[in-house]
Amino acid sequence: MADNGEAGDWVGRGHGVGRRTFLGYVLAASTLTVAAEFGEAATAPSRAAAAIPSPPEPSELYDLNDLLTDATLPTANLISIQVHADGTASFALPRAEVGQGVTTSSAMLIAEELDLPLDRVHVTLADARPELLFNQLTGGSNTTISTYTPIRVAATLARGRLLAAAAEQLNASVTELTTKAGTVLGPGGAVVGYGELAVKAASPTIVPVPVTLKDAGQFTVIGTPRNRIDALEAVTGRKQFAMDLAVPGALPAMICRPPTINGTVRSVRNADTVRAMPGITDVVPVTTGVAVRGRTFGQCIDAVRALDVDWGPGTEEGTSEADVLAELRRAELPLVIPPLPLLTKAVDLRFTFHFASNSALETNCAVADVRPDRAEIWGSLKSPIVAQETIAADLGLPVSAVTVHVTQGGGSFGRKLFFDGAREAAEVSRATGKPVRLMWHRTDDFRQGRTHPMSLSRVRATYTLGQVVGYEQRHTSVGTDFGHGLGEIVTALAAKLPVGDLGFSETIFELTQQTPYEFGVTTQLLAEADRGFNTGSMRNIYSPNVRTAQELVVDQLAKGMGQDPYAFRRRFLKDARARAVLDAVATAGNWGRAMPAGTAQGIALHPEYHGVVAVLAEIDCRPPTTGRKIPDAYTGPRVTKVVCAVDVGLAVNPRGLQAQMMGGIMDGIAVALTSSLHLENGRFLEGSWDHYYYTRQWNSPPELQIVVMPPTTGAPGGAGELAVAGAMAAVACAYGRATGTVPTTFPVNHGEPLGFEPLPAVPPIPASPTDGLSRVS
Amino acid sequence: MPQHTFVLNGEPVTVEVESDVRLLWVLRDVLGVTGPKYGCGLGVCQACTSHINGRAFNPCCVPVGDLAPTDEVTTIEGLPATVGKDLHPMQEAWLDADVPQCGYCQPGQIMAAVAKVRQAREAGHEISGLDDAVFDEIRNICRCGTYHRIREAVLAAADRF
Ligand code: FES
Ligand code: FES
Repeated sequence: MADNGEAGDWVGRGHGVGRRTFLGYVLAASTLTVAAEFGEAATAPSRAAAAIPSPPEPSELYDLNDLLTDATLPTANLISIQVHADGTASFALPRAEVGQGVTTSSAMLIAEELDLPLDRVHVTLADARPELLFNQLTGGSNTTISTYTPIRVAATLARGRLLAAAAEQLNASVTELTTKAGTVLGPGGAVVGYGELAVKAASPTIVPVPVTLKDAGQFTVIGTPRNRIDALEAVTGRKQFAMDLAVPGALPAMICRPPTINGTVRSVRNADTVRAMPGITDVVPVTTGVAVRGRTFGQCIDAVRALDVDWGPGTEEGTSEADVLAELRRAELPLVIPPLPLLTKAVDLRFTFHFASNSALETNCAVADVRPDRAEIWGSLKSPIVAQETIAADLGLPVSAVTVHVTQGGGSFGRKLFFDGAREAAEVSRATGKPVRLMWHRTDDFRQGRTHPMSLSRVRATYTLGQVVGYEQRHTSVGTDFGHGLGEIVTALAAKLPVGDLGFSETIFELTQQTPYEFGVTTQLLAEADRGFNTGSMRNIYSPNVRTAQELVVDQLAKGMGQDPYAFRRRFLKDARARAVLDAVATAGNWGRAMPAGTAQGIALHPEYHGVVAVLAEIDCRPPTTGRKIPDAYTGPRVTKVVCAVDVGLAVNPRGLQAQMMGGIMDGIAVALTSSLHLENGRFLEGSWDHYYYTRQWNSPPELQIVVMPPTTGAPGGAGELAVAGAMAAVACAYGRATGTVPTTFPVNHGEPLGFEPLPAVPPIPASPTDGLSRVS
Repeated sequence: MPQHTFVLNGEPVTVEVESDVRLLWVLRDVLGVTGPKYGCGLGVCQACTSHINGRAFNPCCVPVGDLAPTDEVTTIEGLPATVGKDLHPMQEAWLDADVPQCGYCQPGQIMAAVAKVRQAREAGHEISGLDDAVFDEIRNICRCGTYHRIREAVLAAADRF
């Protein structure tokens, strides 16, 4: 391509800039460094509504001086790409990579626009950059939506600069040149590598340059399936997570936690004895318990178990599930049932969704090195700016004295929006005066870690004469902590105001919940109760519960009106894209095929994040299947097949999208059938993966097919969470049809007798077994 | 402090540490071998799965004092060398199927899969696509839900080593 990407018709920022024309910058640097504006200006048309409700007036919360200082930084709000003398490009992504594949998709955008092989693009994770304000939050499946344009603008500009530098070197005009796989090709077979041009193309000053993006029709990388750029590191064990970092002097640290949720330390009776245990260097009380630091985590576990602590009450002392349920019932907003014609019938159901754990396989953890005048933190953080500013406030240090490095994360599912581990690590490092690698024990991660709140969903849908005339849903949830705000301290502070936070939850609810069907007068409202739990959003926030309730009601409406569930949905769907994915799964999944009693199909749909997914699930609820015996496992109904069709507008990496759908489906199966926390007397009983029945191989569907729809909108939507709600709903509908019931409690096994013996609450964590050699396999 | 000698990824190593410290922490915190991951410390999640004398085990459940000097411990870092290559065929199959998401569970998954295939082979089983029983014995948690691609990769690699 001869087009160097620089636009000829650019008039000015915000004036007359065409749809595909944007402003890029060549930054002052010794090697080619290009940048683009990141944030509102660059992405306003395609920004996810879900993630960005109006922030409060910031003036009283954020010092004007801070704002001015930040805003005048020469690189404020820019993301930049560097081209190096070795012919590679590098980019520090201001987002967290927790498995969702955003480093790979970002590298693909750069490879596309820079015309550089994917393996020569290196994407790292940016440290906390407070000047980015709202723009360093990884959440709401918003990364690709918000970075799609800026990254492409910067990469396009880089290619243009390289072409210009080559033109000068070859004494040719840019129109005679093309690029190919990291080289510039010129007249007479001239070939110049990008590496050779990187220094020449650099600029001693900042130069703003208008950039025109190419058409989607010219894409050769975007939209093609690519493997993850970090897969080799992952399969060789070289991928480094926070606890793998060798930070000098950072010894393992753990916290002895209270027996009930958020209990407090009154006194420690044997600190000296524990401090004298092998390997232990420190024992100090901290806000959340008693911290121990030692040579190995194994010795920390022993020390935690040996501590004798007088514990004060927690924030949910004595509370059990029935209490929360009653509280939710009291908080439920009333339905507004309008006067209805005589023949109107109604489906009226109330669903209960139990507490679930968003614990990742990597437990809460972080490395901290706190000195009297500065601090350095390493962790997988989705809101690193809030972490930095909160930790600075905790330590009484200026924000600029706290460096926060974002490490690769071992899963998130909502967990890493918070920085509980990082905050504790900083406190322990301060208290001991030494660097620490702080990690939560698995048992603590389930019991004291954040949960997806328990909720009720009351739905009343009315129908008459072949039409659904009204749909009301009242969702009542234990309060969800959105204290990570929108990735910036201004809103984080606002969310801590009781009114502000409530308003914020409702805003999120309103901005995320859609009814994809034409159901007449439709209202969906949220009410919250009880704020004593450690909560957070779990992958897909409210949607899995809200949509599962709705899709089960849809099946009942179809039944009441004598229609097939697929045909009924098809008829009432508002949107052609939704109809297309529904048709795709019905066809690929052979909807309506004859199946034996005790088995069934279920079908459901979920629109969100500028995308839509449909899921068809088949389930086997026959006794030989539900009674399968696997040691220490919950088997239960088996989802035997899932077909999923997804339309995200434009899939940057269809293979990564498929992976996200598969993962979301495993989550959906878990929350529909097996995974929940049981609350008893102020504490959660689950303390191990053999108690919290997240999907395992024996629960995962032997047949799984993901259909990625061809591009529709041409702009990428969010992918990380989309499948959870669709899959949970489809599995619930399949379960209902297989058993001839309407399941109203989730997961459906929650009321069964506990399948495990709960671990003791004191000591808070179990000893590691010692019989590993007798279990070699 | 007691000394313990064993063979780690083909090389004898000697560490000075209390005998009851579980091997996972000796590997990670003392020797800096971080491929095996912590996910529970209870022998449940299987994230730490490595091999001892060619068989799968959980180093989080083995006191280092239980090891004999001749015991050969292989972590993900040492897996390729067991077949004299840069990558074990199971790792290659993993790359072909683009299995990892976050990657945290993957060293344990691969070590478990290699041992499971060897074990099935020794028992005279061929692993086929329909063999649920074999996969039911792979207990490793993948919180990112990569189970389906794990199946594909195991099946693809089963007759490659
Ligand atoms: S950490 Fe060893 S089995 Fe979980
Ligand atoms: S890839 Fe994340 S836990 Fe398995």
